[in-house]
Amino acid sequence: MSIDRRTFFRIAGLATLGLAIKPGFEVFGQGEDVVDSTAAMGRPLSAKRWAMAIDVRCCLDQKDCRKCILACHQVHNVPDFGNPKDEIKWLWKEPFDRAFPEQEFQHLPEDFERQVVPVFCNHCDSPPCVRVCPVQATFQRDDGIVITDQHRCIGCRYCMAACPYGSRSFNWRDPRPFIKNIDPKYPTRTRGVVEKCTFCVERLTQGLMPACVEACAAHALTFGDLEDAGSEIRGLLRRRLAIRRKPGLGTNPEVYYII
Amino acid sequence: MYDAGKVIIGLAIFLVLITFPVWYTAAIGNASYVPDPQIVTTARTCVAPTVYMRASHMELLNQWRNEVVRRGSRRYTAFDGTVHEINLVNTCMRCHSNKAEFCDRCHNYAAVGQPDCWNCHVAPEGDGR
Repeated sequence: MSIDRRTFFRIAGLATLGLAIKPGFEVFGQGEDVVDSTAAMGRPLSAKRWAMAIDVRCCLDQKDCRKCILACHQVHNVPDFGNPKDEIKWLWKEPFDRAFPEQEFQHLPEDFERQVVPVFCNHCDSPPCVRVCPVQATFQRDDGIVITDQHRCIGCRYCMAACPYGSRSFNWRDPRPFIKNIDPKYPTRTRGVVEKCTFCVERLTQGLMPACVEACAAHALTFGDLEDAGSEIRGLLRRRLAIRRKPGLGTNPEVYYII
Repeated sequence: MYDAGKVIIGLAIFLVLITFPVWYTAAIGNASYVPDPQIVTTARTCVAPTVYMRASHMELLNQWRNEVVRRGSRRYTAFDGTVHEINLVNTCMRCHSNKAEFCDRCHNYAAVGQPDCWNCHVAPEGDGR
């Protein structure tokens, strides 16, 4: 039996089309069984400009409460070296007059003078630490959060010298042995890198509020988007007077202390 | 050639000594030793084909690192359309939970001993560092 040229091409073409059926189904028919292991993560929280507001009165009323500090240091594997020289701190309490040296009134309400307020990285709008970092390990994200890329940090401590708030700590020693309960979900740091508060970026991507905000039973901490006129933090700042730490330096801190 | 006998004997001894590693391993029989990394998981696929992961996992890890730290994105869409959380400890190590038998076997064999990952990231329980 012979076959002419035209028929041969016709059959060959149809056969090729037939071969495409199975791959075609695989490509277009897989919509249902796609696995999304991130489904449990929750929708990431995003903002144009993250900021924190602290109700100082509300915080002072809690006296010796340290819930926010403990929560923060637990979820971020912050070591406790037991001596102030090596101390690593993300969130700590500072006497009012030291936190706000520009607010020296002769007649401050008594409780303010003696009381301590929570302080941490201000995630400044013009962060001096970012400007001085020679390797761009410290950088500012689009949403305003200032974080350190621990992979890139060379431990030169320029950022610590630049930060006017003392928000950064250097790992002089290997922190691992000094962390009581290591949370494997969050990395520790290593010897020779600088660390600080990150506004909990790892929690924000999972749809969770920062650990300190969640831990504060008195709801003294408010975290939100400063660019969103309808946000809770903007409402607070509209209603009440807030001060910032060392505003004269021009760093534009984004942590507000409501008086 | 002067002292041909001594020279030739000397050359022969030299050759035997210099090829010692070659015939010694051949004689012992483990010249063809290759590491045998163990995977303990029921999952059938990784976030990329095995061939790619074997050769280029470090590139993917770097890419993931930049994605999370610099761009703040934690979702990775794999080659087969599945979506994974970008996370060394919670995603990679959920299947490859045996660092000692998985990571370390090849890394020790290839003499890229301890990558810096584990200075900070916490390896699953029981493996230590």
